[in-house]
Amino acid sequence: MAVAPVIVHRRAWSWALLAVGALAVVGLLTFGLRRDPRAIPSPLVGRPAPSFAMTLFDGSHFSTAAYRGKILVVNFWASWCYPACYIEAPHLQRIWQRYQDSGVVVIGVNVQDREAPARAFISRFGLTFPNGMDATGRISIDYGLYGVPETFLIDRQGRIVYKHIGAATEEIFVPRIEPLLKSGGQQ
Amino acid sequence: MWFLVAAAAGPLAAQDLDAQAQAIASRLRCPVCQNESVADSPSELSAQMRALIRAKLQAGESSDQIIAYFVAKYGEWILLEPPRRGILWLVWLAPVIALGTGFAVAMRFLRRVSRPARSYP
Repeated sequence: MAVAPVIVHRRAWSWALLAVGALAVVGLLTFGLRRDPRAIPSPLVGRPAPSFAMTLFDGSHFSTAAYRGKILVVNFWASWCYPACYIEAPHLQRIWQRYQDSGVVVIGVNVQDREAPARAFISRFGLTFPNGMDATGRISIDYGLYGVPETFLIDRQGRIVYKHIGAATEEIFVPRIEPLLKSGGQQ
Repeated sequence: MWFLVAAAAGPLAAQDLDAQAQAIASRLRCPVCQNESVADSPSELSAQMRALIRAKLQAGESSDQIIAYFVAKYGEWILLEPPRRGILWLVWLAPVIALGTGFAVAMRFLRRVSRPARSYP
């Protein structure tokens, strides 16, 4: 007579375990599907920025070593990156014009592109900040680039303090540049 | 004789280097693709990564050093296989646990349905 309740008890436990397992799997899948697979935190934020050198489109040479003590805004872009790169270009130009005399340098790094459309892009937006091509991809890989546009803010100590994925706007960067300017240090 | 050895060693060394570079690239996830390795991806960034791996091997860096370089730049996300440590063991063990549980459930079910029906007088 005591057999039947034991079987019922065990069966209820089995169903409960199965339900918990199924819920865990559904929960995990929902969590995975709701996440943006490209929103991956960069291990570089808080670390020293990789130094780099490149030939600019105007033929001159650029090296981060020559800009020690400055605040750098390093923007990775491409002419085929539409619309984000097209949205941010006027913003970056305005950031450059606003802060170039305060020790802030905006640098454009053109990636996975061809020279003619890249030059056309620069002309179209009238960009006057230093811009060069990462022909080998070494700069992109050193900065752990996933896509374009990506923009890095580097403080006067040469540390990456912020990484932005997507169009870089004044609204995003000005509130981050201002405290760095106020924090003093050599320019 | 030395000339012959050198001539034979050239392509062999290059082949060896390519095989090593391929092995490293197959362990790395292409950053601009969906679940594709750097070895398999036709993207420009992956091609640049493969060239960098080859250059680093030529410069005398070991496979572990090269993998560590990519992890330092992209985080452990760049590894196609999660490292076998800590909570990440769950990723490796979960399929085995799920398979074992499924097998046990199936066995119990089969045993129950194949059991001869009891007759109550």
